[in-house]
Amino acid sequence: MTAPVVAGGPIAASSLGIRAVRRARDWGPPIGLLVGMLTAWELVVRVFSIKQFILPSPIAIANAWVTYLPELYAAARYTFLEILAGLLIGATAGILVGTLTARYRFMQESLMPFAVAASSVPILAFAPIFNNWFGLDQQLSKAMVAAVLCFFPVMINTVRGLTTVDPRAIELFRSYATPEIAVFRKLRVPNALPYIFTSLRLAVTLATIGAVVGEYFAAPRSSLGQYIATYSAFLNFERSWAAIVFACIIGIGLYLVVVVLERLVMPWYGRQAAAG
Amino acid sequence: MTERPDIATTPPSSAAPQRAAVVEVAGVSKVFAPRGQGAGRVEALVDIDLTVEAGEFVSLIGPSGCGKSTLLRIIGDLISPTTGAVTVNGKPAPRARLDRDYGMVFQAPVLFDWRTVQGNVELPLEVSRVSRAERAKRAADYLRLVELSDFAGHYPWQLSGGMQQRVAIARALAVDPAILLMDEPFGALDEMTRERMNLELLKVWERTETTIIFVTHSIAEAVFLSTRVVVMSPRPGRISAVVDIDLPRARTTETRELEAYFHLVTTVREALRGEERAGPGGDDEPPDPEARRVAAEGLSA
Repeated sequence: MTAPVVAGGPIAASSLGIRAVRRARDWGPPIGLLVGMLTAWELVVRVFSIKQFILPSPIAIANAWVTYLPELYAAARYTFLEILAGLLIGATAGILVGTLTARYRFMQESLMPFAVAASSVPILAFAPIFNNWFGLDQQLSKAMVAAVLCFFPVMINTVRGLTTVDPRAIELFRSYATPEIAVFRKLRVPNALPYIFTSLRLAVTLATIGAVVGEYFAAPRSSLGQYIATYSAFLNFERSWAAIVFACIIGIGLYLVVVVLERLVMPWYGRQAAAG
Repeated sequence: MTERPDIATTPPSSAAPQRAAVVEVAGVSKVFAPRGQGAGRVEALVDIDLTVEAGEFVSLIGPSGCGKSTLLRIIGDLISPTTGAVTVNGKPAPRARLDRDYGMVFQAPVLFDWRTVQGNVELPLEVSRVSRAERAKRAADYLRLVELSDFAGHYPWQLSGGMQQRVAIARALAVDPAILLMDEPFGALDEMTRERMNLELLKVWERTETTIIFVTHSIAEAVFLSTRVVVMSPRPGRISAVVDIDLPRARTTETRELEAYFHLVTTVREALRGEERAGPGGDDEPPDPEARRVAAEGLSA
């Protein structure tokens, strides 16, 4: 808001070349760091002859990854479905309950303290119980752990986003004699979007953790959690690591999906922060 | 420049061109009483009578806490008076608000980042279910009026503070309001921008022939813009003087250099200062009516 005059029209006419250079400059440092860390890791393992059951080298892990790709892929697919289901169930429920809570004061007063308290409870501790409720070898039980983990941050952020509205904006809408439903659609929802997307980024991570850790307790052999647990028990750590890499890919991939959605749904966001 | 306490509800007196009263404020008081009795009770406004006629530009001026913003909000039915009534276009204020007779501009532009400049101007039209084509047309018209046609597709954060406030003005005018209520709209702008905005607002006022009630605490701004300046004083908030601004209606930069302009600025300043003397500020101390009368007479002499 402090820009003196017109601060750059919508995306200055920059040639593709300039953009490519800029992108390389953005991505260069983190990629360099990653490569550097992997190299250092490899060197440390070699120089100090660290046993593979203590810390396998990146090359060993990559080898395992390639060798066991089909079974890893099958396990990842199984777990991915749990994560996705958990995310959809938890986020949808969070947004719905959050919306109702924002709408009705009595729900805000009764539910919010509970939700805030519940979000600091170690929900993962319930994983064995969820397995018991929804079936030891069922994907649903892990999806539910993921869903419950996602639910609270999404719900709380939805409530905050819908209720933390500029009082001057409310006054403005009041002066237009705006029906409550239009205030909701034209003011509260766009106001809540940044809050909701922030919680969705968090939810992606939580869902991944919830599903994988849920599987540690009970799941078919062909799931990432069991794969990691089993081969750790057999001291076949490079295979565990290879599965962890898969879990990371899923987590990061879903995160990127949320980021892309965010850009699509609220193109103004971020650009406005950069200008103001 | 005469001082006359306005009397509402009475039919227009012998004033030369008979104009319709757009706003009539009759016996309005506002008490802010926190829950629980006693301490913290604030008499924001006491016994306010004010009539604003069609096409007038009335400024409310006074020190902080004199209730000028509160009065504006009561006129706009954003808050309701404790006693008294506000009539707008012959209707009670709540009815007028539901009929969308108001355009409001606040100190902050309150534009929405997720809408383009045009989208922001169209917002009140969307709320009143104006068709898409008509919305676009009116937004274009009013953006032209505030000279921002080239920025229709921009987003608010890409504009300067003055431009944002012009968008807010276009948005307020887009509904073709019977009355434009402005609460220190240029208070956050630097002096240069403010003077330019004053001229632009006058241009808009002339072209649209709308009625404006304008809250400010700049004496110069009030005199330069208005047809009438209502001087208010605090504790309790009340109207202490009304100064008619009989400058030529077409105001330009040169207006600020006219002898009459200086004279009016002095008059308003004295009206404000007279109030300071009269009400030394103790909450428990009743304002001295005699001192007020003297101060008022002093300025009308």
